[in-house]
Amino acid sequence: MIWEALFLGLGYNATLVTLGAAILGIAAGVGGSFLFLRKRALVSDAISHATLPGVGLAFVVMVGLGGDGRNLVGLLTGGAVSAAIGLLCVNWLSTRTRLAEDAAIGAVLSVFFGFGIVVLTYIQTMTSGRQAGLEGFLLGSTAGMLQSDALVLALAAALTLALVLILRRPLTLVAFDPDFARATGRNVDRIDLAMMAIVLAVTVVGLKIVGLILIVALLIIPPVTARFWTERVDRVLLGAGIVGGLSGYIGAAISAAVPDVPTGPIIVLVGAALFLISLLCAPGRGVVSSVLHHRQYQRRVHLRQGLLALAQGQPIYERLTQRLMEQRGLMRGDGVATEKGRAHAARALLDEARWHVVRNDQAYAAAAERYDGLTEMQKVLTADQIREIDARLPAPQGAMP
Amino acid sequence: MTGSEFVPLSLVPMLIGICVAVACALPGNFLLLRRQALIGDAISHVVLPGIVVAFLLTGVVASVPMLLGAAGAALVAVAAIEAIRRLGKIEPGAAMGVVFTTMFAGGVLLLEMSDTSAVHLDVEHALYGNLESLIWLDATGWSSLLDPQALAYLPVELPRMAGALVVVALFIAVFWRPLKISTFDEGFARTIGLRTGPLGLALVVVAAIAAVAAFDAVGSIIVIAMFICPPAAARLMTNRLEAQVAWSVLFATVAAVSGYVLAGYGPLWLGAADSVSAAGMIATVSGVLLACAALMGPARR
Amino acid sequence: MSVKLARDNGTVTDAERRLASPLAVRGLTVSYGQKPAVFSVDMTVRAGHMTAIIGPNGAGKSTLLKAALGIMKPLAGTVTVLGQPVAWRRDHIAYVPQRASVDWDFPTRVIDVVLMGMYGQLGLLGRVKPKHRAQAMDCLDRVGMTDFATRQIGQLSGGQQQRVFLARALAQGADLYLLDEPFAGVDAATEQAIITVLKGLRDAGKTVVAVHHDLSTVRAYFDDVFLINTQAVAEGPVETTFTEENLQTAYGGRLAGAQMDALAETLVTTSAGTSAR
Repeated sequence: MIWEALFLGLGYNATLVTLGAAILGIAAGVGGSFLFLRKRALVSDAISHATLPGVGLAFVVMVGLGGDGRNLVGLLTGGAVSAAIGLLCVNWLSTRTRLAEDAAIGAVLSVFFGFGIVVLTYIQTMTSGRQAGLEGFLLGSTAGMLQSDALVLALAAALTLALVLILRRPLTLVAFDPDFARATGRNVDRIDLAMMAIVLAVTVVGLKIVGLILIVALLIIPPVTARFWTERVDRVLLGAGIVGGLSGYIGAAISAAVPDVPTGPIIVLVGAALFLISLLCAPGRGVVSSVLHHRQYQRRVHLRQGLLALAQGQPIYERLTQRLMEQRGLMRGDGVATEKGRAHAARALLDEARWHVVRNDQAYAAAAERYDGLTEMQKVLTADQIREIDARLPAPQGAMP
Repeated sequence: MTGSEFVPLSLVPMLIGICVAVACALPGNFLLLRRQALIGDAISHVVLPGIVVAFLLTGVVASVPMLLGAAGAALVAVAAIEAIRRLGKIEPGAAMGVVFTTMFAGGVLLLEMSDTSAVHLDVEHALYGNLESLIWLDATGWSSLLDPQALAYLPVELPRMAGALVVVALFIAVFWRPLKISTFDEGFARTIGLRTGPLGLALVVVAAIAAVAAFDAVGSIIVIAMFICPPAAARLMTNRLEAQVAWSVLFATVAAVSGYVLAGYGPLWLGAADSVSAAGMIATVSGVLLACAALMGPARR
Repeated sequence: MSVKLARDNGTVTDAERRLASPLAVRGLTVSYGQKPAVFSVDMTVRAGHMTAIIGPNGAGKSTLLKAALGIMKPLAGTVTVLGQPVAWRRDHIAYVPQRASVDWDFPTRVIDVVLMGMYGQLGLLGRVKPKHRAQAMDCLDRVGMTDFATRQIGQLSGGQQQRVFLARALAQGADLYLLDEPFAGVDAATEQAIITVLKGLRDAGKTVVAVHHDLSTVRAYFDDVFLINTQAVAEGPVETTFTEENLQTAYGGRLAGAQMDALAETLVTTSAGTSAR
């Protein structure tokens, strides 16, 4: 079943939904990257929760106008309108009052959602409201979806993705350095507006598939995951698109194949699994690799300080330093330097003396920038330069003040 | 409305609403000032998986294991957010977003895939609770408040929530000074020997206690709203912390009482037959209060 | 290598000096990521004197102070106050942070901020009595801020905020005062008020250590200097250590000739200062 689903073998509707979820995932991943880079990831949480009253009121209005109220396009339009109002409220609270943006986000999301619940409970008391199925918008439900709805969702997701791809350059520029963008004549406010429009579009399309509580995950998890693997903006976008697309595709396929598995949560969990792998295993920023790097670095610092202390005949107080020095045969248990230790210490001291000269000479300003107390001179300067520096050392090594 | 109607039907839910609102608003003041307002959001989302796991482990819908499960989930979430923020160098908002959505998704999935249909445990209930159902059937009027027999059948949520409020209030009162100093100037707090890390964690744990105790009665929406809206509105009213906390308690109480009344009787006044969600209405009222403070509060800028 | 102070007659060992020092730092390395901000620094502050920590931007001045206070965790090294770990002697230390590190939007009044300095006396639940209030007002009086006692802290000017912080430090009743750029961005009147208070503290036998960026006032304000550029460059009394050579070393030749000329009057020409290392 799962394999059939993964290879789109479960019928027209399931295939449309799976493809739609994959496209939505890509659009959400790339669109969410801009939010993440601007450090406004949780704004999407306010936007998504703020759709609920709009969806409910749209139902009420459509029923009032004589329809059956379940028209997907109508419901999503309602959601988009109230989400936009919610976004305006967040912006107004965080710019016009002393409240910080996180407080504005929390206030808007809880109040709009609370009001949405009020509307939903009202709808349940309406005669036409009992089968409205609006609860499906909370957690997403793609089972038994109308074919026309599936088509609408897949198309809307594709449109959103197209919008993201068209706007990616200006969005990247603003996300990376808003002040520079402004200085070069870009209308940052309008580009920000476009970013929010993308987030809004992703949210609204995702309402039916992932549900409004979890759609925020599709915007946040992919960029955070991609960030572990690269330091470059364009690759974050690419990676986030891949992570988002994979989550949507695999999640929707599993949900179509396995009964009782709701679409939204499984999509989020696939993304979360990718995130966890990245958090632990990514080279450079991953946990395993940075713990190893830090320990290695700390050892280097302690060793270097230990050697300098040896060279200057100062006692070593710190246990870690002592242990490292002894382990490497640089020092005996009683604190006396070994032959090897004295040689290494002399080299370290000479290196310090050379650095002292370099850091005092404007001509070597570029090299002096690289001073970190550990790097050996040979790695920074050529042999000729070092000879020139050695000539300027006050006296043979050891004469360093 | 007479006492014989009010006491059995409305008194208990109203009191629970007030306890919830105040218990959440008190730590909410500090969370707001520490730019951690959304911790309340995160905690209340992860309560669901905590409760589901507790149910799957014990097989019963009982209060104590569920409260423990929810509290455990809140701690796991806070630890995970902190770990991701530090280890992955991810900004706190994004770390929070990753953690609470993942845990919530896990909770929903567990719930849907396990056989919980027989028990009263569902996502909607977790989101907006059912304050209206906490009625005190054994009460006959105001005199029941002094009747031990009737008091024995008081809904258990009320004493539980009142207990949580006492715990929260005591914590805030005892650690008022350290909380204030470390929120204002963390570096200074450390130089005078305050352990700001454990203190910040304790604040979150206390917030979690309030959220978990409140959750069963009123669902998570009202919890998030009460963590943020009353303190935010109060911040716009004054420039003194003491006064801010007092205002937030007032706003929380007003929101709880008027929200409950509006939900129960508002639709009747408008000619509809049934009431609407009290939790949703309390959140809505708190939003209206915040809007008023944002437009007119003396310290809004 | 033993370090001799110019004014010391008898030989005092390094260890003895550290034991008597109100703030002694040894082998301190602090790094952000994999780039050390402070590398293997030794510093021994003299009791009852005013010491300026000077060095170029990004030289690790504030980091040194924060690590010495235990606000930042060092990668290596030890900090002692009168020979004991800094955590044991917190009640001896008062700290005035950089203004930027505080939440100025916090709902609190000037007098409340000063009262925060009395946490050591008040403890968790101790009531604020009239005598504490009077003490706090006295501290505000010493920095000339009594008129502002009930203002919200965010409504003050930069200089006024700095004075309130100094008042809070005074309320701590400490023996050692650590200040991070106390004169940055303050008006001339505030600078005068602050230096008067600090000199008063010094004359009362307290020790003052300040991160300082204005080289032209070093000689007028301070007794000792500690020059740092990631590593310690030199430490000692101003009259022997505040030399052109040491400055050039600390600033890596980044001080232009004009700046040096402007400093000429305050600099000492002999280079008898004791260098660290």
